[in-house]
Amino acid sequence: MEKVQQLSIFAENRPGRLEKITRVLGENGINILATAIVSTNGFGVIKFMVDKCDLALAKLREAGFTVSLSEVLAIEMKDKPGGLHDVVQILSEKGVNIENASVYVAESRKRAYLLVEVKDIEKAKQQLKNSGLTFLGAKQQAPA
Amino acid sequence: MTKRYWQKDIETISRRSLEDLQVKRLRSVFSRLYRTVPNFQSKCRESGVKPSDIESLKDIVKIPFTTSEDLRGGYPDGLLAVSRDKAVRLHTSSGTTGKPKALFFTKKDINQSADLIARCLTMTGTGSGDVLQNMMTYGLFTGAMVMHYGAEKVGALVIPAGPGSTERQVALMKDFGTTAVHILPSYALYIATFMARHGMDPRKDLSLKRAYMGAEPYSEKTRQKIESIYGIDVYNCYGLTEMNGPGVAFDCMERSGLHLWEDQFILEIIDPATGQQLPDGEQGELVLTTLCREAMPIMRYRTRDITRVKPGKCPCGRTHRRISRILGRTDDMFIIRGVNIFPQQIENVLMGIRGVAQNYQIVLESLDDITIRVEIASDMFDGNIERLLAIKKEIIEKVRSSVLVRPDVELLEPGTLPVADGKAKRVIDERTL
Ligand SMILES: [Zn+2]
Repeated sequence: MEKVQQLSIFAENRPGRLEKITRVLGENGINILATAIVSTNGFGVIKFMVDKCDLALAKLREAGFTVSLSEVLAIEMKDKPGGLHDVVQILSEKGVNIENASVYVAESRKRAYLLVEVKDIEKAKQQLKNSGLTFLGAKQQAPA
Repeated sequence: MTKRYWQKDIETISRRSLEDLQVKRLRSVFSRLYRTVPNFQSKCRESGVKPSDIESLKDIVKIPFTTSEDLRGGYPDGLLAVSRDKAVRLHTSSGTTGKPKALFFTKKDINQSADLIARCLTMTGTGSGDVLQNMMTYGLFTGAMVMHYGAEKVGALVIPAGPGSTERQVALMKDFGTTAVHILPSYALYIATFMARHGMDPRKDLSLKRAYMGAEPYSEKTRQKIESIYGIDVYNCYGLTEMNGPGVAFDCMERSGLHLWEDQFILEIIDPATGQQLPDGEQGELVLTTLCREAMPIMRYRTRDITRVKPGKCPCGRTHRRISRILGRTDDMFIIRGVNIFPQQIENVLMGIRGVAQNYQIVLESLDDITIRVEIASDMFDGNIERLLAIKKEIIEKVRSSVLVRPDVELLEPGTLPVADGKAKRVIDERTL
């Protein structure tokens, strides 16, 4: 299993923050593959899966953002009714706890991935070794 | 064997004898000041107090306070209680605005202030055989001179280096085997950085054992940092020009509070808002009365420094009460729900929490509500929102138990708040009263 990484950005809930982040990414030719926003009263954490992780990390830091890069599981979902349920059921059977999740649609209507954040990624990988799930690899995250 | 006390009888005097001595000295100094300083006498007449009214220590509350404005008003020599030819030294305390405060010393005053420093140095292990490098500014400011005289008195070799010229400071420390320094905390940190940059290790390349620090506020965390970089003990030292300079109160080896020399000063803690005395243990403004000063005795001086008396006996055997490190200045105090709060109390809480940066702001929106805006430390951010929420909760709980008011907390991105320069505006008062 290769590493698939996700950016997390700390942001105060004030106007224009999201716009500024997407502008930095856009100006540097970085593609957003998936996004999720976890927000509370006052501040939030914005999650992005992008094609050029290291560049995005550097450029966002340069722009003054508080960013971290962490590994996630990217699990392929079958494009059929109950596709998400099948994946979640396996995770549950194997005892993997989902901290946070988002969806990445790789090719419209062809392939979709569930991006899953877990507490202990190495442990989760062990638990899912013979689960029959298919994972997205780092090569597929990087730009073609 | 090293000496433990400089003036054992007075340092370990019983509380009862100490208080008897204080009353005797207070009566004498008050009546002398009343007789010799017309300004002071007219102030006392306004308050309706005369020398015969002072019979016990409790009667001190009848005497009017002296403020720094009073000292400025007396500039240049309106508060002198001896004829000017008896004074042998002049110091001034710089004011950021207006006139300075001028302080005169007689020969006896100089000798007494040196003795207080000698007590402080002896109780922290400095004596004959030690080399004390004095890196405070020599000049109108009392800091360096008073320490210098006291250090000579205990027989240490004193290097009057003054501040600055870091390369030379380091060379002096190495060449003469300096064992103790009197230094500003910020400069101690600077020298450490300088040495590291030049491939030196303070722990290996110096013979330093201890440092005396006061004059600028610094936190317990900074003290520990300096101690570990240099491998030394750092002793807190409190003083102010109006009260002779350094040596008013000093850490002993227990380092659990600064002994304030009560044979020379009467110590009161008051509520800065009402002027009422507070019991031991409660924090408030430190008020000092000089008991032995000849040239310029000062009654009930409002230091504007916030501290508290640490109750209980000190294992070192000294009976003079201890005060805590200075917690802040009354100028910064604010009141929420009737509770006096100092920004430093909140700062101390924030410093102890992992994940928050040094920069913070306190916003007062109403008489009841306080919002603390604090930047998160960027290196702790791991993308986990639960962690941020836990930090926020920790701040709320710890501040609440420290100042008894539950704050609102805003976590901010690093770099959002104005950069702290030591005097950064920490409290934003948006209340319109
Ligand atoms: Zn002690």
